[in-house]
Amino acid sequence: MTPTVVFPVIIGGLYTAGVYLLLDRSLTRVLVGFLLLGNATNLLLLSTGGYRGLAPILGYAEPDRMSDPLPQAFILTAIVITFGISAFVLAMIHRSWALARNEAVANDEEDRRVAGRHDTDADELDPDLLAPEDRPAGHSDSLSARRRTGADLTELADDVTLPLSGDER
Amino acid sequence: MTAVLLLHVLAAVLAPLLVRWWGRQAFLALALAPAAGFGWVLAQLATVTGGNEVRETTAWVPTLDLHISLRLDALSLTLALLVTGVGALVLLYCSRYFEPGDDDMGRFAGTLTAFAGSMLGLVLADDMLLLYVFWELTTVFSFLLIGGGGTRLAARRAASQALILTTAGGLAMLVGILLVGRASGSYLLSEVVASPGSGTAMVAGTVLLLVGAITKSAMVPFHFWLPAAMEAPTPVSAYLHAAAMVKAGVYLVARLAPGLADVPGWRPIVLGMGAVTMVVGGYRALRQTDLKLLLAFGTVSQLGFLMVLVGAGSQELAAAGLVMILAHALFKATLFLTVGVVDHATGTRDLRQLSGLGRRLPVLAVIGGLAALSMAGVPPLLGFVGKEAAFAALIEGGLPDRTAAVVVLAVLVAGSALTAAYTLRFWWGAFARKPGLPDPAPAELAHRPGALFLTAPAVLAVAGLLAGPAVVLLEPLVSAYADTLPLVADSAEKLALWHGWQPALVLSAVSLLGGAALFAARRPVNQVQRRFAVGASADEGYWNVVQGLDRLAVLVTGTTQRGSLPAYLGTILVVVLALPGTLLITRAPWPDEWRLWDTPLQALVGAVVLIAAAMALRIRQRLSVVLVVGVTGYGLAVLFALQGAPDLALTQFLVETLTLVTFVLVLRKLPKDISERHRPRERAVRGVIAVAVGALMAGVGAVALASRTATPVSAAYPKEAYDFGGGKNIVNVTLVDIRAWDTLGEISLLVVAATGVASLVFLRRRTGGVDRLEAADLAETPSASGRAPRRRWLAASATLPPERRSVVLEVITRVLFHTILVFSLYLLFSGHNEPGGGFAGGLVAGLALVLRYLAGGRYELGEAAPVDPGLLLGAGLLFAGGTGVAGLMLGAQVLQTAIVETTLPVLGHVKLVTSLFFDMGVYLIVVGLVLDVLRSLGAELDRQEDEDDPIEAEAGEVIVR
Repeated sequence: MTPTVVFPVIIGGLYTAGVYLLLDRSLTRVLVGFLLLGNATNLLLLSTGGYRGLAPILGYAEPDRMSDPLPQAFILTAIVITFGISAFVLAMIHRSWALARNEAVANDEEDRRVAGRHDTDADELDPDLLAPEDRPAGHSDSLSARRRTGADLTELADDVTLPLSGDER
Repeated sequence: MTAVLLLHVLAAVLAPLLVRWWGRQAFLALALAPAAGFGWVLAQLATVTGGNEVRETTAWVPTLDLHISLRLDALSLTLALLVTGVGALVLLYCSRYFEPGDDDMGRFAGTLTAFAGSMLGLVLADDMLLLYVFWELTTVFSFLLIGGGGTRLAARRAASQALILTTAGGLAMLVGILLVGRASGSYLLSEVVASPGSGTAMVAGTVLLLVGAITKSAMVPFHFWLPAAMEAPTPVSAYLHAAAMVKAGVYLVARLAPGLADVPGWRPIVLGMGAVTMVVGGYRALRQTDLKLLLAFGTVSQLGFLMVLVGAGSQELAAAGLVMILAHALFKATLFLTVGVVDHATGTRDLRQLSGLGRRLPVLAVIGGLAALSMAGVPPLLGFVGKEAAFAALIEGGLPDRTAAVVVLAVLVAGSALTAAYTLRFWWGAFARKPGLPDPAPAELAHRPGALFLTAPAVLAVAGLLAGPAVVLLEPLVSAYADTLPLVADSAEKLALWHGWQPALVLSAVSLLGGAALFAARRPVNQVQRRFAVGASADEGYWNVVQGLDRLAVLVTGTTQRGSLPAYLGTILVVVLALPGTLLITRAPWPDEWRLWDTPLQALVGAVVLIAAAMALRIRQRLSVVLVVGVTGYGLAVLFALQGAPDLALTQFLVETLTLVTFVLVLRKLPKDISERHRPRERAVRGVIAVAVGALMAGVGAVALASRTATPVSAAYPKEAYDFGGGKNIVNVTLVDIRAWDTLGEISLLVVAATGVASLVFLRRRTGGVDRLEAADLAETPSASGRAPRRRWLAASATLPPERRSVVLEVITRVLFHTILVFSLYLLFSGHNEPGGGFAGGLVAGLALVLRYLAGGRYELGEAAPVDPGLLLGAGLLFAGGTGVAGLMLGAQVLQTAIVETTLPVLGHVKLVTSLFFDMGVYLIVVGLVLDVLRSLGAELDRQEDEDDPIEAEAGEVIVR
């Protein structure tokens, strides 16, 4: 089929604007970019349906003069889903603002922490660095001196400090 | 067989409950499951020794040709007797090992019973893949049992070490199973052994299978997980790490030896590793001071011994191996249980702190002594018979290669001497009086073991004692397995306690004397051991590897995950540009000719849309940017209409309006302007990427249409829609019938999104409807304000402050609300034949709610829709899903439409299409979504502001919830 010039131009323009906004750090602009991308994609889907035609409703038009109904069905649900997702992102924006007075996408603290990390977890430490009672038996020829199950939990407490939960702070 | 396995599953599931009811006595009831299994297996003895086998096959995944094929032959029967018998006794023992108030007993009981079931399944499985499933199940349960409550570092490390090692071996084994199964043309063990395949794949597969067996049975250098696993409670050590699980590898080798022993690589691996393990284990055992560890290294040593015997692939050694498997399970389980009693009674397992226990617990000393004699190989116990048979076999044959046979024999004699030495050390350490220690030590016994506590070790020890002289009775069972292997010696020797004066007896005596000598010279031996202690151990190597992996993971994560969302998105987009972009330029069918437009109107609307999009880039005011984006949306609706898609135009128009409202609801709480956070260079990079992606997508659009050459799938839709879907609006029929599965998934997504919105906004409780009007709320409002309208047009608008009220809006709302609702229902019901449908109808109803909320505030929303949005969402999903189920129950396919046409009095001709109910579900979900969004982003935000919710934080304060 012969493509029109007008659709690719609109699609390209909307994608350009959408991607530019999507790469912003402000969540509002990200969301706006997301909406533009959604519109652009819906239009792309529509344009793949071919030439314009009459409404795909029997009784209004003969089947051979109808526009293609399949992309339309795709787009219809996509429109509503875009609304659902936008509402979700808006709720995220609200929450981010209400909690931190900031609606920007910050760098992920956890990722930065991993990137700057040198130590490994306690469970992966070299056995030689551990207290003798924590060494595996195959390593040190001794099992830790301990009572059987059911001992007091405080006695069994080990080196891992669990983060305090919110209530305890 | 299946029934026995299911009995174990049932017992395991009930175990926590039983423990809660009956405390530790529950173990007695749980012991019945393996005991029943034992009874059943014993009942099959006559059948199996008669040369038959018991088989059961249940279809599992027929399409993959997977079956639960179980088979009980002589080898399986022997192992199954051990697994069920020792299992029942260990559970019996548990009922006294634990104290009434111990933590975690329910979890432990369930896991141990489940393990018993999976171990039984492992030895019964005939299908190799089924065997693998049971194999990994035992690994998982072993992990859970070693780790215990997860409160201790050493236990956690031991558990994960065992898990990682045996799972790694298990995975290798899985690959091996696939290779061997492919090469042999069958995944059934019985068929693989009967006619093994050949070629490189077979050799590789066999080696991989052996890797699984070697790690599971703790061969050097993968042995270290077994001593570390001694962190587990003693019953676990006795059952999993002595009698049952560690035998899995030995079992697999014994199972495959009749078919695969001649595969290249088999004998060097099995014999080499077995022999080394036997010596290393014995040597390490000799210097342990913890009784449990001593036994653990002893187990490692004995596993090496067993591996040599069953892996040799000759009839005479296999017979000796099977006897040894029995003997080892009996004596080693007894010894572990004995240690458990010692530990229980004295509170220590350190042989340097125990002295004179034998006289205070004479029964226990005798039980432990009997088992120790069997382990050392002293006549007339079963351990002696097995060892003697092995020596005799190797003297006369045993292996095809004579030199190898002599070397192996020498190693076995040396290993047996070590075994005798550490046996003596064990018994002496546990029970003897020692110089230099107070007698008795410890001075007082914490608990004196009761009769029931001693029953399990006593039964096992006596079984080992009786089985020696009665070994002739085992002969039919053992030969039923051993006869499947070729005989290397000239003549087969029957199993017996006494074979007369023969060279093997001399070797037995040599090993016993050697052991005694090693024990007598324990001080110098210990000094030598200490002097030649090797700095590096396999365990340390393991941790170095694990640590290296961990470091690598941190390095890779740290390098690739920089934590910046724009950076990630940019990376993804650049990849999109690089890969699909290249294809688009080089391979895509570019169009030869272009049209400007279908109608000039498209260009006009397009220009508006593009200008709006460009403005969105520049505008920094939040609300303005939203309006501008709204313009692109409305423009799109016009384009849809021009293209011949009235449903889309309608939906887009409604959604755009809703989106605008929702945006305003949230953005009113935010600062007016968006601050710029990017440096010019960053913006330039973003611009380049954006333009490139835009160009790419424009190209995709052009190419997509140019490549539209085949007849579209939707060509037949008009006819199908009317004939099968019973509707004239093809788009709607596509949604509710032709592609109803799709729609079902999509409306589920809407439910999730709605729930997500509410979860993010509501801080305490998400469910429930919007707050409704109460008399008190009205009374609180300032009535003094004379300017407020007197007449109430809406139920709750009086709750709003006067300056926020608009009479015009209230009147319009009052007039229009019900009309709009009726219109939304009209759209829903006519949607099958006209533009409309559940989506459009739901959106219109949602807009009616928006109107009420805007005109009358949050209480007005509660009055307008006094329902829990969750109820709407759930009911909608139920409607839509129920339509599918109903169709299924009526014998049609899921979500298939049924058309009922009838002529009713008064109503006239009625045509009912069942997909209408599906569409009603869609309607309800869309209304629920809008209501949930309004309730969260509208009413709840209002409430938080009205009531000055303390949850609002100070600037810069970080709240962790």
